[in-house]
Amino acid sequence: MSIFGRKEKATATVIYVSPAGDAREIAVPVGDSVMEGAIKHGVNGIVAECGGACMCATCHVYVDETFLNRLDPMEATEDEMLTCTVSPRRPNSRLSCQIRVTQELAGLIVRLPETQV
Amino acid sequence: MRAPVVIIGTGQAGFQAAASLRAEGYDDPVVMIGEEPHHPYQRPPLSKAFMTGKQDAQNIFLRPSAFYQDHRIDLLAGEKAVEIDRANRRVRLASGSNVAYQTLVLATGARVRTLPIRGAELDGVCYLRTVDDAIDIKTRLEDARNVVVIGGGFIGLELASSARSLGKSVTVVELQPRLMARMVAPLLSEFYRKVHSGQAVEIVLGAAPVEIRGQDGRAREVRLSDGTLRPADVVAVGIGVLPNFELARDAGLAVSNGIAVDAYLRTGDENIYAIGDCAEHPNVFAAGRVRLESVQNAVDQGRSVAAAIEGRPHRYESVPWFWTDQFDVRLQMVGLSMGHDRIVTRGDPQSRKFSVFYFRKGRLIAIDSINRPADHMIGRKLLASGVALTPDQASDESLDLKRLPPASPSM
Ligand SMILES: Cc1cc2nc3c(=O)[nH]c(=O)nc-3n(C[C@H](O)[C@H](O)[C@H](O)COP(=O)(O)OP(=O)(O)OC[C@H]3O[C@@H](n4cnc5c(N)ncnc54)[C@H](O)[C@@H]3O)c2cc1C
Ligand code: FES
Repeated sequence: MSIFGRKEKATATVIYVSPAGDAREIAVPVGDSVMEGAIKHGVNGIVAECGGACMCATCHVYVDETFLNRLDPMEATEDEMLTCTVSPRRPNSRLSCQIRVTQELAGLIVRLPETQV
Repeated sequence: MRAPVVIIGTGQAGFQAAASLRAEGYDDPVVMIGEEPHHPYQRPPLSKAFMTGKQDAQNIFLRPSAFYQDHRIDLLAGEKAVEIDRANRRVRLASGSNVAYQTLVLATGARVRTLPIRGAELDGVCYLRTVDDAIDIKTRLEDARNVVVIGGGFIGLELASSARSLGKSVTVVELQPRLMARMVAPLLSEFYRKVHSGQAVEIVLGAAPVEIRGQDGRAREVRLSDGTLRPADVVAVGIGVLPNFELARDAGLAVSNGIAVDAYLRTGDENIYAIGDCAEHPNVFAAGRVRLESVQNAVDQGRSVAAAIEGRPHRYESVPWFWTDQFDVRLQMVGLSMGHDRIVTRGDPQSRKFSVFYFRKGRLIAIDSINRPADHMIGRKLLASGVALTPDQASDESLDLKRLPPASPSM
């Protein structure tokens, strides 16, 4: 069943920091989203009910300020989906399913909110 | 060691029940039994991003396979449960073995309704529920020119949108005089007819397929009740689903339009629960009992049942929500609109960014938002808290819905 097969891909490190301050470094395949990197490696704190369709806002993260302007600006849809998030929205709030991992983002730090639901 | 919690069904609901049990620290064994050979995956992308090639198969799984080992979830994939022996508290599998349970969770979902017409058995007549179905349709679409979609509901229209985006010539046939008739207001049905027509999808309303004609065992054309013949290399059927309740019924549990459960998702047997697409439950957002087919319902009922099993039962009262993506239009729904007696719109439908607010006896019961995610997100809060919103307020765009006064205690 080759359609499920995994091709070897380049990766970039993403650092997920829990609300308690514990950091986990994950090598996320380039092209995957920050959300997918977390789900595939069992990082708790990203729920992703809609599976990355930008429909649930349960993949909310706070992006480290130093990386903020290196990300592609968010689209209007993501911006609106961040209305009424369960944990408070801040200027560095993003939906992690909308951030694609690239080589340039290696070392990206995202902080997870207290709760997603 | 105590007998395990046994979950039948490895879909979104079954997965969530198992994952939530572990997330909350539940320590006894957990067994999942699933007829499909795969570990749990998501269905929504199957008609959308997976079908168009935007999302790989490896990215549809809810968790990697290691998750189940790491969380001591015993996943029996490719095993079908064939009988529940309530007296002895065990489940018999098609392979012959028995699995004892302490608590049983039925998360058996639903299966597609099949087309009861001549020619429906021809090669090229397809249904979409599982990833294997999706792979089959996707492969067939590669060589197809003409696609006829039977059914103008969510799945049919999503398939139409995906097939059209892949450059196919697409016709949608819907028996009702309007699209998504069971789910949305006529105004939205008409909006969607225009969206699809604008993309050169032919929409045929008020017609039914009468016969599928083939050549050498392969579907070639569909004859409709209006007398026309439509060429078809692929006939994709999306005419709804039937809840999988036979296991429960044969074990003497009450079933109606699904496995009947109470507000705690419990069947008449205190050791057996039912959740997700298969469960007919009392819902505070409906005027009575309903069976919902949505990720939200599967996930939230999975969470509720896990809490109940751990001894922290609470009434299932989550706000229903749902979405569909077709072409560049996203519809997000919150609440349940059936039984509404009044609708108002917020925003201009011409702009393709607007919401429809549904009221019953003066009370807000649902909001459907077209390309207006903020209305949807605010709507989830409004409905959860029971804020009193009048139709006039809903249509007044100068009013910030986020700043409405809190609900009165009587609501
Ligand atoms: C193509 C498609 C697109 C969708 N899009 C959306 C969307 O955009 N948004 C949304 O909210 N919802 C969507 N849905 C609906 C959503 O996927 C379902 O509501 C959800 O999957 C229900 O989960 P469930 O676990 O209750 O049932 P299911 O996902 O049906 O899982 C039930 C599982 O139980 C197994 N099973 C049944 N009987 C037995 C048995 N006797 N023994 C062992 N195993 C058994 C079945 O094989 C199946 O794997 C979509 C569904 C489909 C098919
Ligand atoms: S996973 Fe649902 S919005 Fe990101």
